[in-house]
Amino acid sequence: MRLVVDLNKCQGYAQCAFLAPDVFALHGDESLIYNPRADDDQRERVARAVAACPVQAITADAVDRAAGVREASDDR
Amino acid sequence: MTADYVEWLRREGRIVIVGASLAGRRAAETLRAEGFAGELTLIGDEPYEPYDRPPLSKSVLLGMASPHHTELPHRREIDAKWRLGVAATGLDLTAKRVRLADGDEVEYDRLLIATGVRARPWPKEEEARLDGVCLLRTRDDAADLYRRLKAGPRRVFVIGAGFAGSEVASACREMGLPVTVAERAGAPLVGALGGVVGAVAADLQTENGVDLRTHVTVTALEGDPAGRVRAVHLSDESVVEADVVVVSLGSLRNTEWLDGSGLGAGPRGIACDAGCRAFDFRGIVTDDVFVAGDVARSPHALFGYQFLSLEHWGNAVAQAETAAHNMICHGVDRRPHLWMPAFWSSMFGVNIKSVGVPPMGEEIMITQGSLAERRFVGVYGYQGRIVAAVSFDNTRWLEFYQAQIERGAPFPVEFTTMDRRPENRQPLPAGFPDPSLPTHGPTVTLSGYSPADQQLVFHPARH
Ligand SMILES: Cc1cc2nc3c(=O)[nH]c(=O)nc-3n(C[C@H](O)[C@H](O)[C@H](O)COP(=O)(O)OP(=O)(O)OC[C@H]3O[C@@H](n4cnc5c(N)ncnc54)[C@H](O)[C@@H]3O)c2cc1C
Ligand code: SF4
Repeated sequence: MRLVVDLNKCQGYAQCAFLAPDVFALHGDESLIYNPRADDDQRERVARAVAACPVQAITADAVDRAAGVREASDDR
Repeated sequence: MTADYVEWLRREGRIVIVGASLAGRRAAETLRAEGFAGELTLIGDEPYEPYDRPPLSKSVLLGMASPHHTELPHRREIDAKWRLGVAATGLDLTAKRVRLADGDEVEYDRLLIATGVRARPWPKEEEARLDGVCLLRTRDDAADLYRRLKAGPRRVFVIGAGFAGSEVASACREMGLPVTVAERAGAPLVGALGGVVGAVAADLQTENGVDLRTHVTVTALEGDPAGRVRAVHLSDESVVEADVVVVSLGSLRNTEWLDGSGLGAGPRGIACDAGCRAFDFRGIVTDDVFVAGDVARSPHALFGYQFLSLEHWGNAVAQAETAAHNMICHGVDRRPHLWMPAFWSSMFGVNIKSVGVPPMGEEIMITQGSLAERRFVGVYGYQGRIVAAVSFDNTRWLEFYQAQIERGAPFPVEFTTMDRRPENRQPLPAGFPDPSLPTHGPTVTLSGYSPADQQLVFHPARH
Protein backbone atom coordinates (compact mmCIF):
# COMPACT_ATOMS: atom_id res chain seq x y z
CA MET A 1 0.00 0.00 0.00
CA ARG A 2 1.11 3.51 -0.80
CA LEU A 3 1.51 6.18 1.85
CA VAL A 4 2.91 9.64 2.26
CA VAL A 5 3.64 11.76 5.31
CA ASP A 6 3.22 15.51 5.19
CA LEU A 7 6.42 16.34 7.00
CA ASN A 8 5.45 19.99 7.27
CA LYS A 9 2.73 18.86 9.65
CA CYS A 10 4.64 16.07 11.37
CA GLN A 11 5.81 16.99 14.86
CA GLY A 12 7.97 13.95 15.38
CA TYR A 13 5.87 12.56 18.19
CA ALA A 14 6.75 9.08 16.93
CA GLN A 15 3.32 7.58 17.51
CA CYS A 16 3.52 6.06 14.05
CA ALA A 17 6.97 4.62 14.67
CA PHE A 18 5.64 3.03 17.84
CA LEU A 19 2.63 1.49 16.11
CA ALA A 20 4.26 0.45 12.83
CA PRO A 21 8.01 0.27 13.43
CA ASP A 22 8.69 -1.53 10.15
CA VAL A 23 7.26 1.38 8.17
CA PHE A 24 8.13 4.50 10.17
CA ALA A 25 11.32 5.31 12.05
CA LEU A 26 12.83 8.32 13.69
CA HIS A 27 16.17 9.27 12.26
CA GLY A 28 18.00 11.38 14.79
CA ASP A 29 15.95 13.15 17.46
CA GLU A 30 13.16 14.47 15.29
CA SER A 31 13.36 13.45 11.64
CA LEU A 32 10.87 10.89 10.48
CA ILE A 33 11.73 8.57 7.63
CA TYR A 34 9.33 6.03 6.25
CA ASN A 35 8.80 3.46 3.56
CA PRO A 36 6.23 4.94 1.16
CA ARG A 37 5.25 1.49 -0.09
CA ALA A 38 4.49 -0.52 3.00
CA ASP A 39 4.08 -4.28 2.72
CA ASP A 40 0.51 -5.45 2.69
CA ASP A 41 0.92 -7.29 5.95
CA GLN A 42 1.49 -3.87 7.55
CA ARG A 43 -1.97 -2.67 6.54
CA GLU A 44 -3.50 -2.98 10.02
CA ARG A 45 -0.59 -1.27 11.70
CA VAL A 46 -0.47 1.55 9.17
CA ALA A 47 -4.20 2.09 9.62
CA ARG A 48 -3.62 2.43 13.33
CA ALA A 49 -0.75 4.86 12.76
CA VAL A 50 -2.91 6.97 10.45
CA ALA A 51 -5.58 7.14 13.12
CA ALA A 52 -3.16 7.81 15.95
CA CYS A 53 -1.09 10.58 14.36
CA PRO A 54 -1.97 13.63 16.46
CA VAL A 55 -1.61 16.01 13.52
CA GLN A 56 -3.14 13.82 10.81
CA ALA A 57 0.02 13.94 8.77
CA ILE A 58 -0.21 10.48 7.21
CA THR A 59 -2.19 9.78 4.05
CA ALA A 60 -2.47 6.18 2.94
CA ASP A 61 -4.46 4.40 0.27
CA ALA A 62 -7.91 3.35 1.31
CA VAL A 63 -7.33 3.25 5.06
CA ASP A 64 -8.64 6.80 5.24
CA ARG A 65 -11.94 5.39 4.15
CA ALA A 66 -14.35 3.90 6.62
CA ALA A 67 -13.94 0.22 5.82
CA GLY A 68 -10.20 0.26 5.45
CA VAL A 69 -10.30 -3.08 3.67
CA ARG A 70 -10.14 -2.27 0.01
CA GLU A 71 -7.08 -0.67 -1.48
CA ALA A 72 -7.89 2.02 -4.00
CA SER A 73 -7.64 0.35 -7.36
CA ASP A 74 -5.15 1.69 -9.80
CA ASP A 75 -7.39 4.03 -11.69
CA ARG A 76 -5.05 4.61 -14.57
CA MET B 1 -18.39 34.60 -17.57
CA THR B 2 -21.93 33.47 -17.08
CA ALA B 3 -23.13 31.20 -14.34
CA ASP B 4 -24.41 28.84 -17.00
CA TYR B 5 -20.93 28.35 -18.34
CA VAL B 6 -19.65 27.20 -14.96
CA GLU B 7 -22.59 24.83 -14.55
CA TRP B 8 -21.95 23.43 -18.00
CA LEU B 9 -18.21 23.14 -17.35
CA ARG B 10 -18.76 21.24 -14.13
CA ARG B 11 -21.16 18.85 -15.82
CA GLU B 12 -19.55 18.11 -19.14
CA GLY B 13 -16.57 20.38 -19.74
CA ARG B 14 -13.09 19.16 -20.60
CA ILE B 15 -10.24 19.81 -18.19
CA VAL B 16 -6.68 19.03 -19.16
CA ILE B 17 -3.80 18.90 -16.68
CA VAL B 18 -0.27 19.05 -18.05
CA GLY B 19 2.30 17.66 -15.61
CA ALA B 20 1.34 14.42 -13.90
CA SER B 21 3.11 14.64 -10.58
CA LEU B 22 2.27 15.89 -7.10
CA ALA B 23 0.39 19.04 -8.13
CA GLY B 24 -1.30 17.33 -11.09
CA ARG B 25 -2.57 14.37 -9.09
CA ARG B 26 -3.82 16.43 -6.15
CA ALA B 27 -5.57 18.89 -8.48
CA ALA B 28 -7.34 16.05 -10.27
CA GLU B 29 -8.54 14.64 -6.95
CA THR B 30 -9.82 18.02 -5.84
CA LEU B 31 -11.69 18.53 -9.10
CA ARG B 32 -13.52 15.26 -8.62
CA ALA B 33 -14.05 15.82 -4.90
CA GLU B 34 -15.70 19.15 -5.69
CA GLY B 35 -18.04 17.61 -8.19
CA PHE B 36 -16.40 18.00 -11.57
CA ALA B 37 -18.13 15.37 -13.72
CA GLY B 38 -16.69 16.20 -17.14
CA GLU B 39 -13.73 14.79 -19.00
CA LEU B 40 -10.38 14.88 -17.26
CA THR B 41 -7.06 14.26 -19.03
CA LEU B 42 -3.64 14.10 -17.39
CA ILE B 43 -0.57 14.51 -19.57
CA GLY B 44 2.86 13.64 -18.21
CA ASP B 45 6.19 13.10 -19.90
CA GLU B 46 7.41 10.63 -17.32
CA PRO B 47 6.23 7.07 -17.97
CA TYR B 48 5.11 6.63 -14.36
CA GLU B 49 2.00 7.41 -12.43
CA PRO B 50 2.53 10.34 -10.04
CA TYR B 51 5.12 9.61 -7.37
CA ASP B 52 6.59 11.47 -4.46
CA ARG B 53 10.03 13.06 -4.78
CA PRO B 54 11.19 14.00 -1.25
CA PRO B 55 11.88 10.37 -0.30
CA LEU B 56 14.23 10.06 -3.30
CA SER B 57 17.01 11.90 -1.48
CA LYS B 58 16.11 10.50 1.94
CA SER B 59 14.58 7.04 2.58
CA VAL B 60 15.56 5.83 -0.89
CA LEU B 61 19.25 6.65 -0.55
CA LEU B 62 19.20 5.29 3.00
CA GLY B 63 17.88 2.00 1.62
CA MET B 64 14.58 2.19 3.48
CA ALA B 65 12.43 2.51 0.36
CA SER B 66 12.73 1.35 -3.20
CA PRO B 67 13.15 4.14 -5.76
CA HIS B 68 10.48 2.42 -7.83
CA HIS B 69 7.95 2.52 -5.04
CA THR B 70 7.18 6.07 -4.08
CA GLU B 71 3.88 6.42 -5.94
CA LEU B 72 1.52 8.81 -4.23
CA PRO B 73 -1.39 7.31 -2.35
CA HIS B 74 -4.72 7.94 -3.99
CA ARG B 75 -7.02 10.14 -2.00
CA ARG B 76 -9.85 9.16 -4.30
CA GLU B 77 -10.57 7.71 -7.73
CA ILE B 78 -10.19 10.32 -10.42
CA ASP B 79 -11.52 8.57 -13.50
CA ALA B 80 -9.09 10.30 -15.84
CA LYS B 81 -7.59 9.67 -19.23
CA TRP B 82 -3.87 9.30 -18.72
CA ARG B 83 -1.38 10.26 -21.39
CA LEU B 84 1.84 9.19 -19.72
CA GLY B 85 5.28 9.12 -21.33
CA VAL B 86 4.35 11.87 -23.76
CA ALA B 87 5.36 15.52 -23.39
CA ALA B 88 3.22 18.51 -24.18
CA THR B 89 5.10 20.48 -26.82
CA GLY B 90 2.90 23.46 -27.48
CA LEU B 91 -0.13 25.44 -26.49
CA ASP B 92 -2.62 27.24 -28.72
CA LEU B 93 -4.43 29.65 -26.43
CA THR B 94 -6.95 30.74 -29.05
CA ALA B 95 -7.97 27.30 -30.22
CA LYS B 96 -7.63 25.96 -26.64
CA ARG B 97 -5.45 23.05 -27.58
CA VAL B 98 -2.39 21.35 -26.18
CA ARG B 99 -0.01 19.82 -28.71
CA LEU B 100 1.72 16.58 -27.79
CA ALA B 101 5.09 15.16 -28.77
CA ASP B 102 3.42 12.26 -30.57
CA GLY B 103 1.58 14.66 -32.88
CA ASP B 104 -1.76 14.44 -31.10
CA GLU B 105 -3.68 17.48 -29.95
CA VAL B 106 -5.92 17.66 -26.91
CA GLU B 107 -8.67 20.24 -26.62
CA TYR B 108 -9.63 21.77 -23.32
CA ASP B 109 -12.16 24.11 -21.86
CA ARG B 110 -9.89 24.75 -18.89
CA LEU B 111 -6.22 23.92 -18.57
CA LEU B 112 -4.00 23.45 -15.53
CA ILE B 113 -0.26 23.70 -16.02
CA ALA B 114 1.78 21.83 -13.41
CA THR B 115 4.98 21.00 -15.28
CA GLY B 116 7.28 21.69 -12.34
CA VAL B 117 11.02 22.00 -12.64
CA ARG B 118 13.88 19.75 -13.68
CA ALA B 119 17.39 19.44 -12.34
CA ARG B 120 19.85 21.90 -13.84
CA PRO B 121 22.35 19.73 -15.72
CA TRP B 122 26.12 20.16 -15.73
CA PRO B 123 26.55 22.90 -18.35
CA LYS B 124 29.34 21.26 -20.40
CA GLU B 125 27.44 18.64 -22.33
CA GLU B 126 30.32 16.34 -23.11
CA GLU B 127 31.35 16.21 -19.47
CA ALA B 128 27.75 15.79 -18.37
CA ARG B 129 27.54 12.63 -20.48
CA LEU B 130 30.43 10.92 -18.67
CA ASP B 131 29.41 7.72 -16.96
CA GLY B 132 29.03 8.41 -13.24
CA VAL B 133 27.77 11.99 -13.56
CA CYS B 134 24.32 12.00 -11.95
CA LEU B 135 21.36 14.26 -11.31
CA LEU B 136 18.61 13.72 -8.74
CA ARG B 137 15.08 14.73 -9.65
CA THR B 138 13.26 11.68 -11.00
CA ARG B 139 12.85 8.17 -9.74
CA ASP B 140 15.10 6.91 -12.54
CA ASP B 141 17.77 9.32 -11.31
CA ALA B 142 17.34 7.99 -7.77
CA ALA B 143 17.51 4.35 -8.88
CA ASP B 144 20.69 5.06 -10.81
CA LEU B 145 22.34 6.98 -7.98
CA TYR B 146 21.37 4.39 -5.39
CA ARG B 147 22.84 1.61 -7.51
CA ARG B 148 26.09 3.53 -7.89
CA LEU B 149 26.35 4.29 -4.18
CA LYS B 150 25.66 0.66 -3.31
CA ALA B 151 28.49 -0.40 -5.58
CA GLY B 152 30.90 1.33 -3.19
CA PRO B 153 32.58 4.10 -5.17
CA ARG B 154 35.97 5.28 -3.90
CA ARG B 155 34.66 8.83 -3.55
CA VAL B 156 31.48 10.71 -4.33
CA PHE B 157 31.67 14.35 -5.37
CA VAL B 158 28.64 16.59 -4.88
CA ILE B 159 28.52 19.87 -6.81
CA GLY B 160 26.34 22.36 -4.94
CA ALA B 161 25.43 22.38 -1.24
CA GLY B 162 21.76 23.24 -1.34
CA PHE B 163 19.22 20.98 0.33
CA ALA B 164 19.38 18.20 -2.24
CA GLY B 165 23.18 18.17 -2.42
CA SER B 166 23.50 18.23 1.35
CA GLU B 167 21.00 15.39 1.73
CA VAL B 168 22.99 13.31 -0.76
CA ALA B 169 26.20 14.03 1.16
CA SER B 170 24.47 12.98 4.37
CA ALA B 171 23.32 9.69 2.84
CA CYS B 172 26.84 9.00 1.55
CA ARG B 173 28.31 9.45 5.00
CA GLU B 174 25.72 7.14 6.44
CA MET B 175 26.74 4.53 3.90
CA GLY B 176 30.34 5.07 4.96
CA LEU B 177 31.34 6.57 1.61
CA PRO B 178 33.98 9.29 1.31
CA VAL B 179 32.33 12.41 -0.05
CA THR B 180 33.50 15.85 -1.15
CA VAL B 181 31.06 18.74 -1.46
CA ALA B 182 31.88 21.89 -3.43
CA GLU B 183 29.94 25.11 -2.98
CA ARG B 184 30.43 28.49 -4.60
CA ALA B 185 29.09 30.36 -1.58
CA GLY B 186 30.73 30.41 1.84
CA ALA B 187 28.67 27.59 3.37
CA PRO B 188 25.95 25.02 2.60
CA LEU B 189 22.33 26.21 2.45
CA VAL B 190 23.24 29.93 2.36
CA GLY B 191 20.95 30.62 -0.59
CA ALA B 192 17.97 29.27 1.32
CA LEU B 193 18.81 30.09 4.95
CA GLY B 194 21.64 32.65 4.95
CA GLY B 195 25.19 32.63 6.29
CA VAL B 196 24.43 32.42 10.03
CA VAL B 197 22.53 29.17 9.66
CA GLY B 198 24.82 28.11 6.81
CA ALA B 199 27.75 28.09 9.23
CA VAL B 200 25.91 25.55 11.38
CA ALA B 201 25.25 23.42 8.30
CA ALA B 202 28.96 23.62 7.46
CA ASP B 203 29.95 22.35 10.92
CA LEU B 204 27.42 19.56 10.60
CA GLN B 205 29.01 18.42 7.38
CA THR B 206 32.62 18.59 8.44
CA GLU B 207 31.95 16.91 11.79
CA ASN B 208 30.28 14.09 9.95
CA GLY B 209 33.34 13.58 7.82
CA VAL B 210 32.33 15.44 4.66
CA ASP B 211 35.24 17.04 2.82
CA LEU B 212 33.52 20.42 2.40
CA ARG B 213 35.06 22.96 0.01
CA THR B 214 33.48 26.41 0.00
CA HIS B 215 34.15 29.53 -2.08
CA VAL B 216 35.11 27.28 -4.98
CA THR B 217 33.52 26.30 -8.24
CA VAL B 218 33.99 23.20 -10.31
CA THR B 219 35.77 24.05 -13.53
CA ALA B 220 35.86 20.67 -15.28
CA LEU B 221 34.96 17.02 -14.98
CA GLU B 222 37.60 14.67 -16.24
CA GLY B 223 36.86 11.28 -17.77
CA ASP B 224 38.97 8.19 -18.37
CA PRO B 225 39.44 6.66 -21.83
CA ALA B 226 36.38 4.46 -21.27
CA GLY B 227 34.17 7.52 -20.75
CA ARG B 228 33.79 7.18 -16.99
CA VAL B 229 34.23 10.21 -14.77
CA ARG B 230 37.40 9.99 -12.72
CA ALA B 231 38.27 13.45 -11.37
CA VAL B 232 36.87 16.88 -10.63
CA HIS B 233 38.83 20.07 -11.20
CA LEU B 234 38.18 23.06 -8.96
CA SER B 235 38.72 26.79 -9.34
CA ASP B 236 41.38 26.74 -6.60
CA GLU B 237 43.36 24.44 -8.91
CA SER B 238 42.86 21.40 -6.77
CA VAL B 239 41.81 18.11 -8.34
CA VAL B 240 39.69 15.54 -6.53
CA GLU B 241 39.43 11.96 -7.74
CA ALA B 242 35.88 10.66 -7.67
CA ASP B 243 33.93 8.02 -9.54
CA VAL B 244 30.43 9.37 -8.85
CA VAL B 245 29.62 13.07 -9.34
CA VAL B 246 26.23 14.36 -8.26
CA VAL B 247 25.31 17.62 -9.98
CA SER B 248 23.07 19.52 -7.59
CA LEU B 249 22.89 23.00 -9.02
CA GLY B 250 19.26 23.85 -8.48
CA SER B 251 16.60 23.63 -11.11
CA LEU B 252 15.18 24.89 -14.37
CA ARG B 253 11.48 25.54 -14.84
CA ASN B 254 9.70 23.44 -17.43
CA THR B 255 8.26 26.28 -19.49
CA GLU B 256 10.01 25.93 -22.86
CA TRP B 257 7.03 24.12 -24.31
CA LEU B 258 5.06 27.36 -23.87
CA ASP B 259 7.43 29.48 -25.96
CA GLY B 260 5.45 31.49 -28.42
CA SER B 261 2.13 30.56 -26.83
CA GLY B 262 1.56 34.07 -25.52
CA LEU B 263 1.52 33.03 -21.86
CA GLY B 264 3.62 34.96 -19.33
CA ALA B 265 6.01 32.03 -19.06
CA GLY B 266 9.79 32.05 -18.95
CA PRO B 267 12.86 30.88 -17.06
CA ARG B 268 11.40 32.08 -13.77
CA GLY B 269 8.18 30.17 -14.18
CA ILE B 270 4.67 31.07 -15.14
CA ALA B 271 3.26 34.21 -13.59
CA CYS B 272 -0.26 33.92 -12.21
CA ASP B 273 -2.58 35.87 -9.96
CA ALA B 274 -3.32 34.82 -6.40
CA GLY B 275 -6.23 32.79 -7.78
CA CYS B 276 -3.75 30.67 -9.81
CA ARG B 277 -4.91 32.10 -13.15
CA ALA B 278 -2.00 32.47 -15.57
CA PHE B 279 -1.03 35.85 -16.98
CA ASP B 280 -0.43 36.24 -20.64
CA PHE B 281 2.76 37.99 -21.73
CA ARG B 282 0.99 41.35 -21.70
CA GLY B 283 0.23 40.93 -17.99
CA ILE B 284 -3.45 40.29 -18.60
CA VAL B 285 -4.96 37.48 -16.62
CA THR B 286 -6.38 34.55 -18.58
CA ASP B 287 -9.47 32.86 -17.36
CA ASP B 288 -9.04 29.38 -18.77
CA VAL B 289 -5.44 28.64 -17.92
CA PHE B 290 -4.39 27.91 -14.36
CA VAL B 291 -0.99 27.15 -12.84
CA ALA B 292 0.16 25.25 -9.74
CA GLY B 293 3.26 23.85 -8.09
CA ASP B 294 6.96 24.44 -8.66
CA VAL B 295 6.42 26.03 -12.08
CA ALA B 296 4.10 28.77 -10.80
CA ARG B 297 5.02 32.16 -9.44
CA SER B 298 2.34 34.13 -7.73
CA PRO B 299 2.04 37.30 -5.65
CA HIS B 300 1.70 36.97 -1.90
CA ALA B 301 0.11 39.68 0.20
CA LEU B 302 2.14 38.82 3.30
CA PHE B 303 5.41 39.24 1.45
CA GLY B 304 4.89 42.60 -0.20
CA TYR B 305 2.98 41.15 -3.16
CA GLN B 306 6.24 39.94 -4.59
CA PHE B 307 5.99 36.99 -6.90
CA LEU B 308 7.02 33.85 -5.08
CA SER B 309 8.24 30.73 -6.79
CA LEU B 310 8.41 27.96 -4.24
CA GLU B 311 9.95 24.58 -4.81
CA HIS B 312 8.13 23.19 -1.83
CA TRP B 313 6.06 20.05 -1.54
CA GLY B 314 3.39 21.65 0.61
CA ASN B 315 3.00 24.54 -1.79
CA ALA B 316 2.41 22.16 -4.71
CA VAL B 317 -0.39 20.44 -2.78
CA ALA B 318 -2.05 23.62 -1.53
CA GLN B 319 -1.77 25.49 -4.80
CA ALA B 320 -3.12 22.52 -6.75
CA GLU B 321 -6.14 22.36 -4.45
CA THR B 322 -6.81 26.06 -4.80
CA ALA B 323 -6.31 26.06 -8.56
CA ALA B 324 -8.65 23.09 -8.97
CA HIS B 325 -11.29 24.72 -6.79
CA ASN B 326 -11.07 28.00 -8.69
CA MET B 327 -11.22 26.25 -12.06
CA ILE B 328 -14.74 25.04 -11.50
CA CYS B 329 -16.44 27.71 -9.46
CA HIS B 330 -18.00 31.13 -9.91
CA GLY B 331 -15.87 34.24 -9.55
CA VAL B 332 -17.17 35.16 -6.12
CA ASP B 333 -16.40 31.71 -4.72
CA ARG B 334 -12.77 31.78 -5.77
CA ARG B 335 -10.06 31.58 -3.14
CA PRO B 336 -6.61 33.14 -3.16
CA HIS B 337 -3.56 30.94 -2.76
CA LEU B 338 -1.99 32.62 0.24
CA TRP B 339 -0.32 29.59 1.68
CA MET B 340 2.35 30.12 4.28
CA PRO B 341 5.57 28.87 2.69
CA ALA B 342 6.97 25.91 4.62
CA PHE B 343 9.38 23.09 3.98
CA TRP B 344 11.43 20.47 5.73
CA SER B 345 14.69 18.71 5.14
CA SER B 346 16.76 16.32 7.15
CA MET B 347 20.46 15.70 7.02
CA PHE B 348 23.04 14.17 9.33
CA GLY B 349 20.23 13.24 11.70
CA VAL B 350 19.04 16.83 12.11
CA ASN B 351 15.50 17.88 11.30
CA ILE B 352 15.44 21.24 9.50
CA LYS B 353 12.20 23.09 8.98
CA SER B 354 11.26 26.54 7.91
CA VAL B 355 8.17 28.73 7.62
CA GLY B 356 7.84 32.01 5.79
CA VAL B 357 10.41 33.35 3.33
CA PRO B 358 13.89 33.33 4.89
CA PRO B 359 15.69 34.85 1.87
CA MET B 360 13.63 37.96 2.37
CA GLY B 361 15.20 38.44 5.81
CA GLU B 362 17.91 40.99 6.43
CA GLU B 363 18.58 39.99 9.99
CA ILE B 364 18.23 36.91 12.14
CA MET B 365 17.75 36.40 15.88
CA ILE B 366 18.20 33.08 17.59
CA THR B 367 15.15 33.02 19.83
CA GLN B 368 15.51 29.56 21.27
CA GLY B 369 18.35 27.16 21.87
CA SER B 370 21.76 27.89 20.44
CA LEU B 371 23.64 27.58 17.18
CA ALA B 372 26.45 25.74 18.95
CA GLU B 373 24.10 22.96 20.09
CA ARG B 374 22.50 22.80 16.64
CA ARG B 375 19.14 22.88 18.30
CA PHE B 376 17.57 26.28 17.83
CA VAL B 377 14.96 28.49 16.26
CA GLY B 378 16.12 31.43 14.18
CA VAL B 379 13.72 34.25 13.31
CA TYR B 380 14.25 36.38 10.23
CA GLY B 381 13.31 40.05 10.11
CA TYR B 382 12.70 42.42 7.24
CA GLN B 383 11.84 46.09 7.64
CA GLY B 384 10.78 45.75 11.24
CA ARG B 385 8.72 42.61 11.05
CA ILE B 386 9.09 38.86 11.21
CA VAL B 387 9.07 37.22 7.79
CA ALA B 388 10.36 33.70 8.48
CA ALA B 389 11.62 31.23 11.04
CA VAL B 390 13.85 28.20 10.76
CA SER B 391 14.26 25.38 13.24
CA PHE B 392 16.97 22.80 13.71
CA ASP B 393 15.52 19.93 15.79
CA ASN B 394 12.91 22.23 17.26
CA THR B 395 9.92 21.63 15.05
CA ARG B 396 7.24 21.95 17.72
CA TRP B 397 7.79 25.68 17.96
CA LEU B 398 7.29 26.54 14.33
CA GLU B 399 3.54 26.82 14.59
CA PHE B 400 3.98 29.60 17.09
CA TYR B 401 6.30 31.48 14.76
CA GLN B 402 3.99 30.94 11.85
CA ALA B 403 1.31 32.81 13.75
CA GLN B 404 3.80 35.62 14.40
CA ILE B 405 4.56 35.91 10.69
CA GLU B 406 0.87 35.88 9.84
CA ARG B 407 0.17 38.82 12.05
CA GLY B 408 3.25 40.75 10.97
CA ALA B 409 4.76 40.71 14.46
CA PRO B 410 7.58 43.21 15.03
CA PHE B 411 11.25 42.44 14.61
CA PRO B 412 13.59 42.48 16.56
CA VAL B 413 11.48 40.15 18.67
CA GLU B 414 10.81 41.22 22.19
CA PHE B 415 8.78 38.33 23.55
CA THR B 416 10.51 35.97 25.91
CA THR B 417 10.56 32.33 24.99
CA MET B 418 11.50 29.14 26.66
CA ASP B 419 15.11 28.26 26.28
CA ARG B 420 16.18 31.78 25.26
CA ARG B 421 19.87 32.41 25.88
CA PRO B 422 21.33 35.74 27.01
CA GLU B 423 23.75 35.82 24.06
CA ASN B 424 20.80 35.80 21.67
CA ARG B 425 19.28 39.17 22.49
CA GLN B 426 20.69 40.99 19.47
CA PRO B 427 19.81 40.51 15.82
CA LEU B 428 22.64 39.60 13.44
CA PRO B 429 22.89 40.19 9.71
CA ALA B 430 21.30 37.06 8.19
CA GLY B 431 24.10 36.72 5.65
CA PHE B 432 22.32 36.04 2.37
CA PRO B 433 24.59 36.26 -0.63
CA ASP B 434 24.13 39.03 -3.16
CA PRO B 435 21.19 37.76 -5.23
CA SER B 436 22.94 38.73 -8.45
CA LEU B 437 25.65 36.16 -7.75
CA PRO B 438 24.70 32.64 -8.73
CA THR B 439 24.82 30.00 -6.01
CA HIS B 440 23.38 26.49 -6.16
CA GLY B 441 20.00 28.23 -6.33
CA PRO B 442 17.61 28.80 -3.44
CA THR B 443 14.32 26.95 -3.39
CA VAL B 444 12.42 30.18 -3.00
CA THR B 445 12.74 32.86 -5.61
CA LEU B 446 11.43 36.35 -5.11
CA SER B 447 11.05 38.07 -8.38
CA GLY B 448 9.41 40.99 -9.99
CA TYR B 449 8.61 41.55 -13.60
CA SER B 450 11.31 40.74 -16.10
CA PRO B 451 10.95 41.66 -19.75
CA ALA B 452 13.60 39.04 -20.53
CA ASP B 453 11.09 36.35 -19.61
CA GLN B 454 9.33 36.69 -22.93
CA GLN B 455 11.97 38.44 -25.00
CA LEU B 456 9.30 41.11 -25.09
CA VAL B 457 9.93 44.39 -26.85
CA PHE B 458 8.35 47.21 -24.92
CA HIS B 459 6.65 49.92 -26.97
CA PRO B 460 5.34 52.80 -24.87
CA ALA B 461 1.78 53.67 -25.77
CA ARG B 462 1.41 56.71 -28.00
CA HIS B 463 -1.41 59.06 -27.21
C1 LIG C 1 15.15 14.78 -4.44
C2 LIG C 1 14.10 15.78 -4.01
C3 LIG C 1 13.88 16.01 -2.66
C4 LIG C 1 12.90 16.93 -2.24
N1 LIG C 1 12.72 17.13 -0.90
C5 LIG C 1 11.81 18.05 -0.49
C6 LIG C 1 11.62 18.29 0.90
O1 LIG C 1 12.27 17.68 1.74
N2 LIG C 1 10.70 19.23 1.27
C7 LIG C 1 9.97 19.93 0.35
O2 LIG C 1 9.15 20.78 0.74
N3 LIG C 1 10.12 19.71 -0.98
C8 LIG C 1 11.03 18.79 -1.42
N4 LIG C 1 11.21 18.57 -2.76
C9 LIG C 1 10.42 19.38 -3.72
C10 LIG C 1 9.09 18.74 -4.10
O3 LIG C 1 9.30 17.43 -4.52
C11 LIG C 1 8.45 19.57 -5.21
O4 LIG C 1 8.11 20.82 -4.66
C12 LIG C 1 7.22 18.92 -5.82
O5 LIG C 1 7.56 17.72 -6.46
C13 LIG C 1 6.54 19.86 -6.81
O6 LIG C 1 5.51 19.20 -7.47
P1 LIG C 1 4.99 19.65 -8.91
O7 LIG C 1 3.89 18.70 -9.23
O8 LIG C 1 4.74 21.10 -8.92
O9 LIG C 1 6.22 19.47 -9.90
P2 LIG C 1 7.07 18.19 -10.30
O10 LIG C 1 7.08 17.20 -9.20
O11 LIG C 1 8.36 18.71 -10.81
O12 LIG C 1 6.23 17.55 -11.49
C14 LIG C 1 6.12 18.09 -12.76
C15 LIG C 1 5.86 16.96 -13.73
O13 LIG C 1 5.58 17.48 -15.01
C16 LIG C 1 6.31 16.79 -15.99
N5 LIG C 1 6.50 17.63 -17.17
C17 LIG C 1 7.36 18.66 -17.33
N6 LIG C 1 7.22 19.22 -18.56
C18 LIG C 1 6.25 18.53 -19.19
C19 LIG C 1 5.66 18.62 -20.48
N7 LIG C 1 6.02 19.55 -21.36
N8 LIG C 1 4.68 17.74 -20.80
C20 LIG C 1 4.28 16.80 -19.91
N9 LIG C 1 4.80 16.68 -18.68
C21 LIG C 1 5.78 17.51 -18.32
C22 LIG C 1 7.59 16.46 -15.26
O14 LIG C 1 8.32 15.42 -15.89
C23 LIG C 1 7.07 16.04 -13.90
O15 LIG C 1 6.67 14.72 -13.87
C24 LIG C 1 12.16 17.64 -3.20
C25 LIG C 1 12.40 17.42 -4.58
C26 LIG C 1 13.35 16.50 -4.98
C27 LIG C 1 13.60 16.27 -6.44
S1 SF4 D 1 2.60 10.12 14.40
FE1 SF4 D 1 2.33 11.82 12.99
S2 SF4 D 1 3.38 13.53 13.98
FE2 SF4 D 1 4.06 11.68 14.99
S3 SF4 D 1 5.95 11.12 13.94
FE3 SF4 D 1 4.28 10.00 12.96
S4 SF4 D 1 3.63 11.30 11.29
FE4 SF4 D 1 4.85 12.57 12.63
